[in-house]
Amino acid sequence: MKQFLEGAAAIGRTVALCRPGVICAYPITPQTHIVEELATIVANGELNAEFINVESEHSAASCVLGAIATGVRAYSSTSSQGLLLMAEVLFNIAGLRLPVVMCCVNRAVSAPINIWNDQQDIMVLRDAGIILLFAEDIQEACDLHIQAFKIAEDHSVMLPVIVNIDGFILSHGHEPVELPDQQLVDKFLPRYSPLYKLDPSNPMTFGALVGPEWYLETRYAIQQTMNNEVKKKIKDVSEEFTNLFNRTSFGLYEKYQIDDAETAYVTFGSIAGPIKDAVDELRVKGEKVGLLRIICYRPFPQEEVAKILSRLKKIIVVEKDVSLGATGALYQDVVTSLYIELQKGNGKNTPKVTGYICGLGGRDVSIDDIEELYYTGELVSSKFVSVKEENLGNFLMK
Amino acid sequence: MIDEKILFTAGHTACAGCGQSLAARLVIDAAGPNTIVVNNTGCLEVFSTGYPYTSWRVPFIHSLFENAGAVASGIESALRYLGKRDVNVIAQAGDGGFADIGLQAFSGLWERGHNVLTICYDNEAYMNTGIQRSGTTPTGCNTTTSPVGKTIAGNLRWKKNLVEIALAHRCVYVATSSVHLPVDLQNKVKKALKLIGPKFIHILCPCPLGWGSEPSDTIKIAQIAVESGFWPLVEFEEGRLTKVRKLKQLTPIEEYFKLQRRFHHLLKEQYKEIVDMWKNQIQKNVEKYQLLGN
Repeated sequence: MKQFLEGAAAIGRTVALCRPGVICAYPITPQTHIVEELATIVANGELNAEFINVESEHSAASCVLGAIATGVRAYSSTSSQGLLLMAEVLFNIAGLRLPVVMCCVNRAVSAPINIWNDQQDIMVLRDAGIILLFAEDIQEACDLHIQAFKIAEDHSVMLPVIVNIDGFILSHGHEPVELPDQQLVDKFLPRYSPLYKLDPSNPMTFGALVGPEWYLETRYAIQQTMNNEVKKKIKDVSEEFTNLFNRTSFGLYEKYQIDDAETAYVTFGSIAGPIKDAVDELRVKGEKVGLLRIICYRPFPQEEVAKILSRLKKIIVVEKDVSLGATGALYQDVVTSLYIELQKGNGKNTPKVTGYICGLGGRDVSIDDIEELYYTGELVSSKFVSVKEENLGNFLMK
Repeated sequence: MIDEKILFTAGHTACAGCGQSLAARLVIDAAGPNTIVVNNTGCLEVFSTGYPYTSWRVPFIHSLFENAGAVASGIESALRYLGKRDVNVIAQAGDGGFADIGLQAFSGLWERGHNVLTICYDNEAYMNTGIQRSGTTPTGCNTTTSPVGKTIAGNLRWKKNLVEIALAHRCVYVATSSVHLPVDLQNKVKKALKLIGPKFIHILCPCPLGWGSEPSDTIKIAQIAVESGFWPLVEFEEGRLTKVRKLKQLTPIEEYFKLQRRFHHLLKEQYKEIVDMWKNQIQKNVEKYQLLGN
């Protein structure tokens, strides 16, 4: 039965169904409603878990690190500055191969301080060895959380997962959501069975000093896991989820109206919603256009993306992040993927790839804005959408 | 040959005369095998866990420089969730990792009341990175970032008082100890681990490399630190002072300075003002803890 729920509340309830034993919380907007929901669930005795109000996000991440190293499933969530403060610990969690699952409620980064949505925050953690999943809507945010634990904790993976949801749009927005039965979640997601843990009956040293003769292989191992086991596991887990919960889960990416398209948008996150509306409207006008929505951004499904996009004429990358001084992050991944395949001699076609930066700091992006990107003939790699020229005088250095 | 009862084995790469390695071994041997150790980055972690070797015969985790307090909070919470209430958790750090960069996480651990023994191995500077000044470096001390120059005579500030900070958090047990008194140190560890709640032991650990002392003088220096009144040995239970190691007389602090190159300049007349600050601080210790007597 579907319930009309706020995104954060729906995620909180979904996480509770996954039975974490330790939950660490530190407030930051727009993430806070998730841990508030979990606090209420624990306070009402509906979930047996230790709920720890830590003194910073750095400690929230460290606390879940300690819990999962002791063999107990653990959860935390954060946003923006909180994620940046956690960054050091999250690299450490990945390097220690600890399968922590977290939610990042994506928000702009300071300065200037801005609590509204974009996806600049998570790009700081792009290279950390963390599996990064992006949800389009609240239902998918919930479904990805359940799958995230199963992917992370698989003994062939043992890497952290961050489920990304767009701040306010998904965290505070309301949608009809189907929350699964506890029995079904239990069937899908067994108790955490650690590959190794802190246990006096079998003492092990975690976090040893590793010199030049060993370190490189630790990174090689994560790269291999990312490119092989993780991609396979995400596909398998999403199929299993689809079958068991009777609700489609797309795996690494979603193709929308793309099979016969000549032009495709590429994006991730909730902006896929308005892009799908734009695609529908353009299709009514007879335009051959579609969308490739990336769900798993790290590992990046390089070969699959290149295969889907290489036969097209034009690609429009739309993203809410920017590598200042370069382009958007997703744009780089798309171009890289295509070029790698081209070098291999796979296909002679070279689609024009355009890149647009939009929505930074919560700036609205309309369906009309998105449609306009289809009609413009410009060849740009990192054009900012809807820049207000009249505002610039306040910020450009003289 | 490894003695089965020794939980911190030989073969590590600490310097000769290292006070911290001695203290760490005494602590874990007193705690026993049913213990999980959490360690901030620092000398101890570096010299005892060079992969693929380890000196730790108990479960040991090192994560980062500043998060042992939070990692230990997570471990203790997980043990509580699992119903394993008999496992000791020790979170330990050097003075930089404890008093400076890691203090927030330890403050969080203490405030939340986790059942963890926290330990600061204090060698009064960042020794692992090459003797830089920390928040527990004493006045006048010569370090690589508080050098004795023509206009500035070493470190200008007095040591941060971790005992009082721990007491302000209502830790159930707070004590100081010293490596020259192994029985005192081990008894304090055992006593602390019997109590439920956050505990803190502050151990002064001479460092031949950073203090400019002879490795063979480590025990002697630790002894003078206590017997000069500079490092009072005290115990607090539930916030109440319950034990003080009394001194028959004070060893002159100059005896302490003589054995350590970091203080040699203080023996010159021009630094009398700094030595007077030391004497003033020692007098405060004597009065506060009634150090003199039988």
